[in-house]
Amino acid sequence: MSKTKVIIAVCPQCEGNIEVPGDAIPGEVVSCPDCGATFEVDAIDGDKVSLKQIETQGEDWGE
Amino acid sequence: MAKMAIVYDIVRQEEKMLTKEASERGFEVAMLNLDHAYFNLSSKDNLPYDVALQRSISYFRSLHSTKVLEDFGVRVINSFYTTLISGNKLFTTLALEKAGVPTPKTFLAFSEEQAIKATNELGYPAVLKPVVGSWGRLVSALNDEESAKAILESRKFMHPLYQIYYVQKRISRPPRDIRSYVIGDQYVTAIYRYSPPGDWRTNTAISGRAEPCPKSKELEELSIKAAKAVNAEYIGVDFMESQNGLVVHEVNSSTEFKNTVRVTGVNIPKLIVDHIYSLIKR
Repeated sequence: MSKTKVIIAVCPQCEGNIEVPGDAIPGEVVSCPDCGATFEVDAIDGDKVSLKQIETQGEDWGE
Repeated sequence: MAKMAIVYDIVRQEEKMLTKEASERGFEVAMLNLDHAYFNLSSKDNLPYDVALQRSISYFRSLHSTKVLEDFGVRVINSFYTTLISGNKLFTTLALEKAGVPTPKTFLAFSEEQAIKATNELGYPAVLKPVVGSWGRLVSALNDEESAKAILESRKFMHPLYQIYYVQKRISRPPRDIRSYVIGDQYVTAIYRYSPPGDWRTNTAISGRAEPCPKSKELEELSIKAAKAVNAEYIGVDFMESQNGLVVHEVNSSTEFKNTVRVTGVNIPKLIVDHIYSLIKR
């Protein structure tokens, strides 16, 4: 059984390690296990993932 | 192979489930992340998709991106018309009233003074809701004239959208509401959503609890009628159990469903994708 690749990203807030699944889609939300901050996956390029600050909730977000 | 764009920005469980089902159905899936896209409105070429599934988490982004896609030759599910009407409570109420779908008594005003007059005529307790909003955000109980004046005054300092005063009779109901799902012209399933402790709102986004809701003829018929009222290809319909029967207070054209899938076992994302497939193969 193959295991999904995991990419380690550095938390922009506390520099902890965030495990990002290798098949994550840009826009996916990840959390830092050390400081609890949440970020959005901006882009994945090989073994590198860039994260961006997430908007907590937009005024027109919903269903 | 038909090409489906999944239009999104934030990836929720729902987007992951829909993407998986679309791939398994045989669509060539293109993930169109609005955060990473721009459109040339002067272009003479159509966009390279057979269909698009609109899943942006933002109402205004959904509306604007759907319009662009439609004008560039792409069939979007749900359409610009459905998104426009469903995402605005005033437009929804008007559509439901026109279609003969029972809905709570609602007044509309454009000034604080008239909103107070309207609420006094409507009677307390009432509820003030933003015409655009979801997940229970800024839905306020108006329990008497004094609190109504204070809440209406606070809206004066917000975006002009919040000065469209949509005031609805508060429905006496059990501490829950019902979310049903219609895909195509078929009723699919429904859940009860129970209010979280200490909150009168029932949205599961604010930790309301979900349980399966049994089908009834009334629930099925009104769900389908509500879906038709807004021309939806798929929709989440919100009901309250009033003393006079079910009333629809909201419809959701980019409905969430992960809790419903979990508690009912119904594969809603697959049914949505299957329906889209049937639409484009006609």
